[in-house]
Amino acid sequence: MDFMNTFRLALRALARNKMRSALTMLGIIIGVGAVIAVVSIGQGAQYIVQQGIQAMGTNAVFISAGSNRAGGVRQGYGGVRTLTVDDMNAILQEIPLIKQAAPALSSRQQVVYGNQNWNTSITGTTPNYFDIRTWPVQAGSAFSDEEVDLAANVCVLGTTVERILFVDENPIGKTIRIGNLPFRVDGVLESKGQNVTGQDQDDVIFAPYTTVQRKISGITWLQFIAASAVSQEASVAAVGPITSLLRERHRIRNGDDDFLIRTQADIADLQNQTQSTMTYLLGGIASVSLLVGGIGIMNIMLVSVTERTREIGVRMAVGATEDDVRRQFLVEAVTLSMMGGFIGIILGLIGSALISNLLSWPTLISGKAIIAAVIFSAAVGIFFGYYPAHKAAQLDPIEALRYE
Amino acid sequence: MADQITVAIRQQEGGAGGQPVIRLENIFKTYDLGEIQVQALRGVSLDVTEGEFVAVMGPSGSGKSTIMNILGCLDRPSKGRYFLDGVDVSGMTKTELARIRNRKLGFVFQQFNLLSRTSALENVELPTVYAGISPEERTKRAMEALKRVGLADRAGHHPSQLSGGQQQRVAIARGLVNRPSILLADEPTGNLDSRTSVEIMEILQTLNDEQGLTIVLVTHEPDIAQYAKRNLLFRDGKLKRDALVEERLNAREVLKSLPTAEEQAAEDALEESQRSARTDATA
Repeated sequence: MDFMNTFRLALRALARNKMRSALTMLGIIIGVGAVIAVVSIGQGAQYIVQQGIQAMGTNAVFISAGSNRAGGVRQGYGGVRTLTVDDMNAILQEIPLIKQAAPALSSRQQVVYGNQNWNTSITGTTPNYFDIRTWPVQAGSAFSDEEVDLAANVCVLGTTVERILFVDENPIGKTIRIGNLPFRVDGVLESKGQNVTGQDQDDVIFAPYTTVQRKISGITWLQFIAASAVSQEASVAAVGPITSLLRERHRIRNGDDDFLIRTQADIADLQNQTQSTMTYLLGGIASVSLLVGGIGIMNIMLVSVTERTREIGVRMAVGATEDDVRRQFLVEAVTLSMMGGFIGIILGLIGSALISNLLSWPTLISGKAIIAAVIFSAAVGIFFGYYPAHKAAQLDPIEALRYE
Repeated sequence: MADQITVAIRQQEGGAGGQPVIRLENIFKTYDLGEIQVQALRGVSLDVTEGEFVAVMGPSGSGKSTIMNILGCLDRPSKGRYFLDGVDVSGMTKTELARIRNRKLGFVFQQFNLLSRTSALENVELPTVYAGISPEERTKRAMEALKRVGLADRAGHHPSQLSGGQQQRVAIARGLVNRPSILLADEPTGNLDSRTSVEIMEILQTLNDEQGLTIVLVTHEPDIAQYAKRNLLFRDGKLKRDALVEERLNAREVLKSLPTAEEQAAEDALEESQRSARTDATA
């Protein structure tokens, strides 16, 4: 019997017991619907994270001062004093993969304007830091390289600090106090929102690194260097040369580095990994429902084979081969599961649209998940439909014809 | 008398030159029921030539159902050989047997065995579907077969909308649709009243007489066997008697003498009203 005929036959057999077919499909519908909804939520979250990482600059390379050991006691990252502006200049000179670099060190200080005050992080850097982080100034301007050279008392505010200190006022040109020193506000940065770990990136003040080193922290070293490579690939390729250069400069032979290099690609990978682990986990839970749905299909197909024993006998008597009978019931099971799959996909899409609208969660429809759902539901039909179909095919026509 | 003579001639022709449609050579069938073995057939040899109309009779347990299952290629003999149209089918696989059933055999059952909620036309089409015939050809052949049993106007009806006799005629049409060598009928009148039984026999006789269709029929009713040309009697797994039918009944003639369904109904109604009138009177 040709396929179209078998398929039409299957549809008719399923239509005969509409309620039963619908209930049987329910397991698959819920399973597939849940997979689609969950995966699209997961993908949505992943997409947002990726956007965030992109916004931080995909070519970025961060070199942090590492821990050092003093008589067996290890200090945390940023504790060592060996990372300096000279290191940065050496990297810029000797490693052509690195296009630009900015020094950075920070210190927490109390800041005051008028009757408002706030405790925040003061990061000392150079103006190209904002390029490396792709973080433009929304009002006013960044401080200049000359001001860095002069260790001038100028600063740029993150939006959170601006909002807290300057309730209704325009902050540009105003003077705020950081610690005990007056600073002129030159500009306000655009809002960057939370970073991937949920920290408010806008709760920050930037000032020339010279000013922070000499007037606030009283140190000569750096906590980290933010660099930018010529391309995303170059950012990864630059890790090796930077490591050897710094080892040489810091006279490290045993590999116990006093610095840590991370690229944006590393961070993106880590985030992707976390996200896809979540997606797989949720998808796995949802596929348990598919399994249960499959067992439901097997159950109903077994009932159906028993009910239609006589029909099977008649078909065999008039010339249906075992293969014909097996195919008939297999196609029926697959039709059942795939119809469930398609309805599940539609419901899953509707569900994720509702979630993104009502709860304003980001969702991203995953083509892969839809294809996987189709394949999965077909596979469930074949896997759980095979046994009943085989049972039908193995019936003895004489017995089947006599069956009451 | 004329009928008997033609049968006799045909028999002689078959025996002399024409190949038999069915040839059974020393068929044994043993059912293994674990501890005991049941010998359903013990050495049956038989030839049936084209155009014969054979009635198989015998008490239950005589092996007549077993011989039907073997003739119908639904079962294989334990020993012996079965030639159908000159081809040895006794050693064929299940799939090969399914093909043989599809192409060479037509089945009619006591229970009609039509697919419910499926139109008469589609029921008749069923064997053609498994023969891989194109949809247009299928419908054409099925309509032809329905015409031959006089049910062309009921093609769209479902079995539940047809009377028992009509259902059996649909089943006969289904048996004919692939133009088989043999029509096998297993107690085709067992579930029908006497008039409808004769109507079915009339169709079978017509198919046999006018189109030369070979028919093998199982029945336990001696009067039904009288419509056939040759009677086989089975007992204890053996062929006990093989004889031509003398005084063969002609179904068309018999029908004329029987009251029609309407007359029967009227008669019944009359009887019923008389009975109720009597009951009323006594009350």
